[in-house]
Amino acid sequence: MNDRKESVVEAIGLCKTYGSGNTEVKALREVSLSLARGEVVALLGPSGAGKSTLLTALGLIRPPDTGRIVIGDSPVFDGKLLVDARTFRRRHLGFVFQKANLIPFLTARENVQLAMEINDASSREAGKRAMELLEYLGVADRAGHLPSKLSGGQQQRVAVARALINRPSLLLADEPTAALDSVRGRQVMELFRNVAHEQNTGVLVVTHDHRALEVFDRALEMEDGSLRVSNALNRELKHSRELRNEKRLVP
Amino acid sequence: MNLALKDIKHNFGRFVLTALGIGLLLMLVMGMGGIYRGLVMEATLLTDRIGADLWIVQKNTRGPFAEISRIPRNLEDRVLAVPGITRANSFVSHTIQREYRGRPLRLTIQGLAWPVDKGDWLTLIAGRSLRQAHYEMIADKTSGLQLGDLVPLGKNIYTVVGISSGMNSSGGDAMAFLTRADAQAVQFDLSGEAIRNERTARVKRLQSIDLGSINPQMGERAGGESSGIPALGPSMVSAVLANVAPDCDVKAVAAKIAAWPDVTVYSHEEQRQLLLLGMVDKARRQLGLFRILLIIVSAVIMALILYTLTLDKIHDIAMLKLMGARNGVILGLILEQALLLGGIGYGIAYFLGQWLFPHFPRKVVITSDDLVMLALVVLAISILSSLLGIVKALRVDPGEVLS
Repeated sequence: MNDRKESVVEAIGLCKTYGSGNTEVKALREVSLSLARGEVVALLGPSGAGKSTLLTALGLIRPPDTGRIVIGDSPVFDGKLLVDARTFRRRHLGFVFQKANLIPFLTARENVQLAMEINDASSREAGKRAMELLEYLGVADRAGHLPSKLSGGQQQRVAVARALINRPSLLLADEPTAALDSVRGRQVMELFRNVAHEQNTGVLVVTHDHRALEVFDRALEMEDGSLRVSNALNRELKHSRELRNEKRLVP
Repeated sequence: MNLALKDIKHNFGRFVLTALGIGLLLMLVMGMGGIYRGLVMEATLLTDRIGADLWIVQKNTRGPFAEISRIPRNLEDRVLAVPGITRANSFVSHTIQREYRGRPLRLTIQGLAWPVDKGDWLTLIAGRSLRQAHYEMIADKTSGLQLGDLVPLGKNIYTVVGISSGMNSSGGDAMAFLTRADAQAVQFDLSGEAIRNERTARVKRLQSIDLGSINPQMGERAGGESSGIPALGPSMVSAVLANVAPDCDVKAVAAKIAAWPDVTVYSHEEQRQLLLLGMVDKARRQLGLFRILLIIVSAVIMALILYTLTLDKIHDIAMLKLMGARNGVILGLILEQALLLGGIGYGIAYFLGQWLFPHFPRKVVITSDDLVMLALVVLAISILSSLLGIVKALRVDPGEVLS
């Protein structure tokens, strides 16, 4: 089904090495992947497998050493950066992390609004869209509060709103539920699925959390810098989804 | 959205305290400049206010402010006889310290050439100028004396009839203006015992020379009051101040008097330079250097404060970069805060200084030029000191958000 969809990111043969000599670590080994618009993909694997490295490479935060990345229709990396990374991130990418990383001196609405103002939107337009997104994510009533006055879950929702405000084609999330309890963690994961499906955004989520696997369309696994499609994981994912459907059918 | 203002609002207490600290520091810089100006102003005040074209002093001396100068009082008659001279007055100036109402009273006594000069040129904030040849004085307000105060100096009591403003000597002491005769009476005042001793000594000296033997009546005079033997009394003054007619060449007149073998002549500007380059030179250079040092210290402290404020925000700056914020947004956040800190600090320094400096014991003169100059220095310090923070911020890796 995904093959028919337009690809939002295409990565081919990504390699990244940290250190040299005895301290050399190959964080990415010929990693290739493709993600379609509206698709939510989980990226799992043990610590040190290279998940975050892959995410930062795709997000042009720390580009790979070699390989090729195409985001949307734009080749952005081919052995070297082909675009201005900061401008490209501003216009096409959204990020959510384990910590919400909200600017502490801005209110929830201002945190979201700022991301759009940075992208040359007017203050009024950005403020209006920020409120729409906070409404959509269920935290509009906390719009005027500083991050320190929000719960972890509310902060993460505001972070998601901030990541979405510029209508990115690709949303990258690095363990976004690690700091949340299971209920709130699940809510955030479901939020990603809804965002992906409703806003036609590609979402790649690095996670250790197997409890919410059924929200993903696909699961990938990394180990020692290599990416593979895990049949076991996808079976688990399928099983979780069936379980959820059964629960829905129970009167 | 102005991030700098939002951050300030969020950390308002810290910002206010920081601005206050910088303000106090800048007030010191401002005050040091004011003390420097005050020193120069006090040093040249008298020469400027008297407005004499020529200062005629003892041969080979630098005038009454630099060293002891003694010239006969009748020199003013000789000077008046020089073509082109319109006015010549002898100048008497000396500093005294007395006890008055249980506290030390330091006064720089200036002798006015009564009856020509009654002190009408002084800026009086209360009272009047002198109206009689003796026993009246005009005192500067910094002396603490009040109108009508009776001040015993020597064997006489002087009534304060006028209070002047802004008249201090180069040492910062308040000036008091008496007639020249009174000023000299105060200067050469002796105790009763000293006078008795001097009279006895005079008689003895007279007896030891032929003149005493030839004219015994002189012994009676010598044993009496000094005023009874004017030729032997003190008739020396510090300098003679002269004014030259507007249509005459001051240099030519000065050259004529300078040709006399017993005097040295200085123009007004030369006397002024002697004061600045001699008497107060080291003090003003010391203050100037200390002021530069304070500016450097202020710059370093401001740089450290701004750098620390930037370090506090490094994670947020990394996040802004990750979101794709342009360098201008980050630069603005740091630079605007630096300029606000500098600006508000400058304002605090100015208003605190306006309130505090008049209470200083010596004159603190803040000129508009100095204020503009300090504003420019603060602007430069703000920009330069924010550079450390800006460089740090621009080097932040957006990937630090992940750490």
